Amino acid sequence: MITFIWICLVLVILSMMGLLYRVFCGPSIPDRLIALDAIGVMIISATALLSILFATRFFIEVILLIAIISFIGTVSFSKFIEKGEIIERDRTSK
Amino acid sequence: MTVLANSLIVLTIVVGVIFTLVTVIGILRFPDVYTRAHAASKSATLGVLSILLGVFFHFWFNEGHFSIQLILGIVFLFITSPIGGHLMSRAAYLSGVKPTVLTVGDDLAEVVKKARQNQLPPREDE
Repeated sequence: MITFIWICLVLVILSMMGLLYRVFCGPSIPDRLIALDAIGVMIISATALLSILFATRFFIEVILLIAIISFIGTVSFSKFIEKGEIIERDRTSK
Repeated sequence: MTVLANSLIVLTIVVGVIFTLVTVIGILRFPDVYTRAHAASKSATLGVLSILLGVFFHFWFNEGHFSIQLILGIVFLFITSPIGGHLMSRAAYLSGVKPTVLTVGDDLAEVVKKARQNQLPPREDE
């Protein structure tokens, strides 16, 4: 069982390495953004597997935290690419 | 009973790892941004959901701890990950990234053009 979890962890980290290639060599900015979002999701998987390996359940709170922060980062980057600013200055005139 | 529980855990985690690997293959091999966003947002979501379900079963069956936080994490990821994929694809389209040459039709181009014409002209101070 422990060996199986180790193998799964190594596979997940190898797929993060594959996504890092897309982050470094992506042809456009949204390509890198998509790869970074997928890396955030895979960090969540790796944390869940590590919590089995260390036999502790205190890493589970970290999972929820990483999910929330990754979503906020994705939304703000998308708004920046789309409009050029994240928090709009003038909300009344539309 | 513990053999049954362990096989359930192993099955869900194996499905999650397979979907994670499929995500990487899709992101590395697909031709443009939109197909890559398609691969990333769907299969990465299902992969991490399956892995979290396996970890939840492990803590429930083997350690007797019914983890509410893992269920919350699963629900949160299931809601927010497609929204993130939608926002990224929309930002890519509106910032002018061209789709691949294999694309047949582009229905969104007319809508975006019409919306840009109806917009107010930019003010002088900007």
